[in-house]
Amino acid sequence: MHNPQLNKHGELQHLLTIEGLPRAVVTRILDTASSFVGVGDRDVKKVPLMRGKSVFNLFFENSTRTRTTFEIASKRLSADVINLNISASSASKGESLLDTIDNLAAMHADMFVVRHAQSGAPYLIAKHLIDTHQPHVHVVNAGDGRHAHPTQGLLDMYTIRHYKKDFSNLTVAVVGDILHSRVARSDIHGLTTLGVPEVRAIGPRTLLPTGLEQMGVRVFTDMNEGLKGVDVIIMLRLQNERMSGALLPSAQEYFKSYGLTPERLALAKPDAIVMHPGPMNRGVEIDSAVADGAQAVILPQVTFGIAVRMAVMSMLAGS
Amino acid sequence: MKLQITNGRLIDPANHIDAIHDVFIVSGKVAAIGSAPVGFIADQTIDATGLIVAPGLVDLSVRLREPGYEYKATLESELHAALAGGVTSLVCPPDTDPVLDEPGLVEMLVHRARSLNQSHVYPLGALTMGLKGRELTEMAELTEAGCVGFAQAESTIEDTTVLLRALQYAQTFGYTVWLRPQDPHLGKGGIAHSGPLASRLGLAGVPVMSETIALQTIFELVRATGARVHLCRLSSADGVALVRAAKAEGLPISSDVGAHHLHLTDVDIGFFDSNARMTPPLRSQRDRDAIRQGVADGTIDAICSDHTPVDDDEKLLPFGEASPGATGLELLLALALKWADESVPEKQRLSAAIARITTDAARVAGLPAGQLGVGSAADLCIFDADTRWLVQASALASQGKHTPFLGYELQGQVRHTIVAGRPVFSR
Repeated sequence: MHNPQLNKHGELQHLLTIEGLPRAVVTRILDTASSFVGVGDRDVKKVPLMRGKSVFNLFFENSTRTRTTFEIASKRLSADVINLNISASSASKGESLLDTIDNLAAMHADMFVVRHAQSGAPYLIAKHLIDTHQPHVHVVNAGDGRHAHPTQGLLDMYTIRHYKKDFSNLTVAVVGDILHSRVARSDIHGLTTLGVPEVRAIGPRTLLPTGLEQMGVRVFTDMNEGLKGVDVIIMLRLQNERMSGALLPSAQEYFKSYGLTPERLALAKPDAIVMHPGPMNRGVEIDSAVADGAQAVILPQVTFGIAVRMAVMSMLAGS
Repeated sequence: MKLQITNGRLIDPANHIDAIHDVFIVSGKVAAIGSAPVGFIADQTIDATGLIVAPGLVDLSVRLREPGYEYKATLESELHAALAGGVTSLVCPPDTDPVLDEPGLVEMLVHRARSLNQSHVYPLGALTMGLKGRELTEMAELTEAGCVGFAQAESTIEDTTVLLRALQYAQTFGYTVWLRPQDPHLGKGGIAHSGPLASRLGLAGVPVMSETIALQTIFELVRATGARVHLCRLSSADGVALVRAAKAEGLPISSDVGAHHLHLTDVDIGFFDSNARMTPPLRSQRDRDAIRQGVADGTIDAICSDHTPVDDDEKLLPFGEASPGATGLELLLALALKWADESVPEKQRLSAAIARITTDAARVAGLPAGQLGVGSAADLCIFDADTRWLVQASALASQGKHTPFLGYELQGQVRHTIVAGRPVFSR
């Protein structure tokens, strides 16, 4: 089985998932990102690395935040950015995903940034580009179903490295709706790839996928147990629609058992950091006192996110 | 017409024959085995030296896509694929559009198939109107029109009262009910086996218990009604164990498995390969191994192709949006041989593989097929057990070109197919 995100030299051709990426590649992305962190503070917030390149933001699922960060990252690299909100155009006219790709490729796209509600959709696009011999066009997965959100995972790794320096002695807890979370999967792969010795997943049984242990994590259903002595807490967003159906009885009860309060945070190491991919539901998964507290690094995550996306896009464009 | 097949190795498991014999065919029937009947002069002779002469294959699940889905496949294209695969009798499920719930539709399908004069087509009628699981169909009328049993295809019956009554009614007339064990709710919306792979890829899961809970319900209803039930396409080790116990108890049940599930597991999904999207889903290696064993020990009676032609428009999609199913008619023989190669002691390999796709399949479906005793219908599949061939779209006659076996090299290829004494396919 050919891994479609690496070319025959083992270099990154597309970024589809963190899973299976060599540790050296992940580290190189993070190193490259550090060189971009300062760009946002300059008077002229631009570098010319992607001048003349066209980046198509293909969002088959709505997202303002992720699309905006990719747009900013592209512009800071001097690329031309075209935003396409597909859910409102071609798909509703019955055009197939691959027809859309062929049409945009014919407009000389250099990169597709893809968000799709179906797990694996960016793989279909990447495979199609390989089958149609278009190796100069790159795909960045900006979130596919429950599967992966690799740039979010990488920016989380960047944030952890920024604050903790070394991965080899950390305990990291990922808390909440692991079942539906592509962020959780990408974080877990990132953490295990970078050699974090203990990755914990915390949540009620209804929100933990079967066989989670086989991804290399320790599973906790008791949050107080799971938070003991951790260095990093990654909170996940709990979507409102999970409250309907039989997954959870109510937001209130969820907060009681799994909300991150100052009392619970005190169970972690004193210098533990609190992360969240956003947007937050205050009072559902996280208490405002924690979200706005000294240990939260949620806004730096956003800043680093731009640099990490610049790193990924410039590396792909240069490959 | 008089046909003589010379020098082939005749393997007819139903009649315990495995030897070099000539076969003599007169007027569509087997007239003699070994030595020619008095006064026999062949109009045509087929030299089967080095080849296996077997009963024509019997496939228990073939979607012909007519009526309603002719863009995916037509009766012509799929019956040609059947002949290319050595399949001379096939059972088709009722999930066409409209569904086969009215005698007129069944008569039309049977008539269309007969006029093509190729493989024998045996439709299953819908068990409930529109497969909706609410009202029973006119089973007696449908049987007169040509149905050999009644099925729900991929639609489940939510209301257990309806299932109970369907079984009671079928039992009244001695009809067989074909059910794929699937809980109506568990695994709904699922697209892959619940397990580490689905969790890793972020694919909604179908748990094994969706099969086992349905089996338990069916067995309880069979105990209560005495209805004869054929269980379609088992997928799990736990399901096979339940069927084994139910057979030991003496329940009037039989079962089959799709050929894909004998060889593949969820890991074959790889990087979201929609060709490996199946219903029921491909499960774990443990499940696959138990299924192989179940076929070997007779818990599972027959292997079917679960032939499901899907066109590019419905397959070249993200995994979760792609239509499930794969083309299978032309792979059935090779996949059954591959199973025997890996699961049966060498001496019985060929006869075991042939039995599961001929006499055993015919027996559970109640069809006059699957064996070559003197006087029986002269439907034959003559194949080369040693030829290796590459599975590729251009090698398939079916309109459905999608299969997870694309790129595989398989062993065993059909050379001649004979239906009612007429050679209808040669390669």
